[in-house]
Amino acid sequence: MKSDPAVAVRDLPVDTTASHDLDLPAIAPGEVLLEVEDLTTTFSSARGPVRAVRGVSFELRRGRTLGIVGESGSGKSVLSRSIMGLVPSNATRTGHVRFAGTEILDASAKTMRGYWGDQMAMVFQDPMTALNPVLRVEQQITESLHEHIDITKAEARATALQLLESVGIPEPKRRLRMYPHELSGGMRQRIMIAIALACGPQLLFADEPTTALDVTVQAQILDLLQGMQRDRQMAMILVTHDLGVVAGRAHDIAVMYAGRVVEQAPARELFAHVRHPYTEALLRSIPKLDMAKHTRLDAIGGRPPDLVNLPDGCKFAPRCPHAQDRCHVDDPALTADPAMAEHLFACHFPVSGVGVGVTVPVAVEPPSARPDPEVQA
Amino acid sequence: MAGIGTAHLRSPEEALLRLEDLVVEFRSGRRHTVHAVTGVNLDVLPGETLGLVGESGCGKSTTGKAIMQLPAPTSGRVLFDGKDLTQLSGSALRAMRTRIQMIFQDPISSLNPRRKVEDIVAEGLDIWNTGTQEERDTKVEDMLLTVGLDPAVARGRRPFQFSGGQCQRISIARAVVTEPQLIVCDEPVSALDVSVQAQILNLLEDMKARYGLTMIFIAHDLAVVKNISDRVAVMYLGRLCEVGDPDVLYRQPAHPYTAALLSAIPVADPAVRPEERHTLAGEIPSPLSPPSGCRFRTRCPRADERCRDEVPEMRQVADDQFVACHHPLAPGESLTAVSLNGASV
Repeated sequence: MKSDPAVAVRDLPVDTTASHDLDLPAIAPGEVLLEVEDLTTTFSSARGPVRAVRGVSFELRRGRTLGIVGESGSGKSVLSRSIMGLVPSNATRTGHVRFAGTEILDASAKTMRGYWGDQMAMVFQDPMTALNPVLRVEQQITESLHEHIDITKAEARATALQLLESVGIPEPKRRLRMYPHELSGGMRQRIMIAIALACGPQLLFADEPTTALDVTVQAQILDLLQGMQRDRQMAMILVTHDLGVVAGRAHDIAVMYAGRVVEQAPARELFAHVRHPYTEALLRSIPKLDMAKHTRLDAIGGRPPDLVNLPDGCKFAPRCPHAQDRCHVDDPALTADPAMAEHLFACHFPVSGVGVGVTVPVAVEPPSARPDPEVQA
Repeated sequence: MAGIGTAHLRSPEEALLRLEDLVVEFRSGRRHTVHAVTGVNLDVLPGETLGLVGESGCGKSTTGKAIMQLPAPTSGRVLFDGKDLTQLSGSALRAMRTRIQMIFQDPISSLNPRRKVEDIVAEGLDIWNTGTQEERDTKVEDMLLTVGLDPAVARGRRPFQFSGGQCQRISIARAVVTEPQLIVCDEPVSALDVSVQAQILNLLEDMKARYGLTMIFIAHDLAVVKNISDRVAVMYLGRLCEVGDPDVLYRQPAHPYTAALLSAIPVADPAVRPEERHTLAGEIPSPLSPPSGCRFRTRCPRADERCRDEVPEMRQVADDQFVACHHPLAPGESLTAVSLNGASV
């Protein structure tokens, strides 16, 4: 049932990867595709403004995967929806979102329709509710093809068939005629991916794409996403609550807490030199397979803060074992580690969590750029 | 695999709970039968935590519910403290149920949204008229404190005013307040964030120690199951594959399915390249027409004719490790990526 996505994509009857509605410059792999600058999203509510995203900045290059990790309410899902412009009417966004050099934060929904599906697409968490239950699989895949590309019905069907094959669905011809309820959870998620990839987007959001799936199916779906990302040189944002999911799949990881990025670094660097106490606490709280049975877990006490009444200072301070007086008044900015410019963290008293609960292997990668602190001093 | 046999059972006198040849089937339409659980034998000793793992559709939740007779199994025996629950009915069964309690996956939907927390927790006591009203009040208060909630604040509130983790604490309080001997936890932490998950797992361990509980812990997350269990049973498509001590079973899985499950778990370590691990191809077959012989054979790289013709029987491979497989993995042997990728769907 393993298929070779590379072959399947090249053989699509229609070139779906070109930009169709919009006059956007082509972004080569390795160049910056998405720039997010000081993005905030605030929802108005009866209790007052809910500050779901509070000043997030990052850039994402084509061909790279950014993993966004956080607990429920950390703002990770709102962040990706804010970038795409998929926010309800009670949301206010400020800051900048530039896609291929074009500012899209203030774009109208009509303009954004040119981007959705065609330039950027999203794979949602729950394929059962994200798919339309009364439409056949074929219609759901060809919808965005017809929206963005001048294509005949026969061409669209042939493309849909190829897409199903490329996402590893057996008997694709028969599946095209089926309704979502006739498919298993893993199959539905493969269909979601086929829909998202139909027009060859440059940027793919995957919002908890495997949370509703079994571990074995989860591994299959993550392999598929990773393969597609590599093959098409897409930029991908993989949103999850599970550090294990992003560890081997993302180039860079951003950890969010209470609407802000509290730590961001290349994946290997992050796991090897955890600096933020929250990231460290998250890693410690996960039960690991190599622990003996009945090992007491290091739970994080307390709960995430109320986004309507945020505490002063560092938002993690009330739960942080290392917090001192300063943390409760002065909110630390996201700054680079002096020893490693790519490693950002927002903490006054960073930890030196070397390999927290992670077996750091001896021969990993070509030497990381981090100089030996001993030598430097 | 996914086989039959009783080699893994301990003596009936020792066990608090013993399932014998448990079968649960559901009618589907006029002609079809869903074979949810087929001939499962299991036992749990007093004070032990048995972890039950497997993918969706493997029958782990159905097994848990069959213990509670919700619904009663199609055939087989459920011996609890020596009494066969399948033979009880009416008031005898109701009385027995106070000694077995359940904790469900979704803490918010398993609590009545219109009732106050104190009434939810006290319900079991009220139904059985345990002690005086004051005694019951004190008991509820103590129980809320024990699960980490402030009784003064919590008792008058309703479930929607709490987070998922707090609701799960309320569920635990409700289950433990009637002083049961056995608690069946059906995916109690899978809807929770990792940080809250750790809190609830620690709480369950505390409650077990404090009240001398025996637990059945059903989950799909192998790391969670290992953390909390004294013994683990792996299920696939309604049958048992492997039973054993988690420390042994996780280090040296004998069943190809256990090995595949273990290798599919994402590891929080970027040095482990996920694509180098061997993931299981295909999906679980339909329980309407499970494969003959070993039910895992359609996805197993080691399957041969014998696996098609003969249901494997549970046999001992290590001190506390039992496997139902014709071709189990020898100690130190692992499934190779090549063989698994070649598996047919």
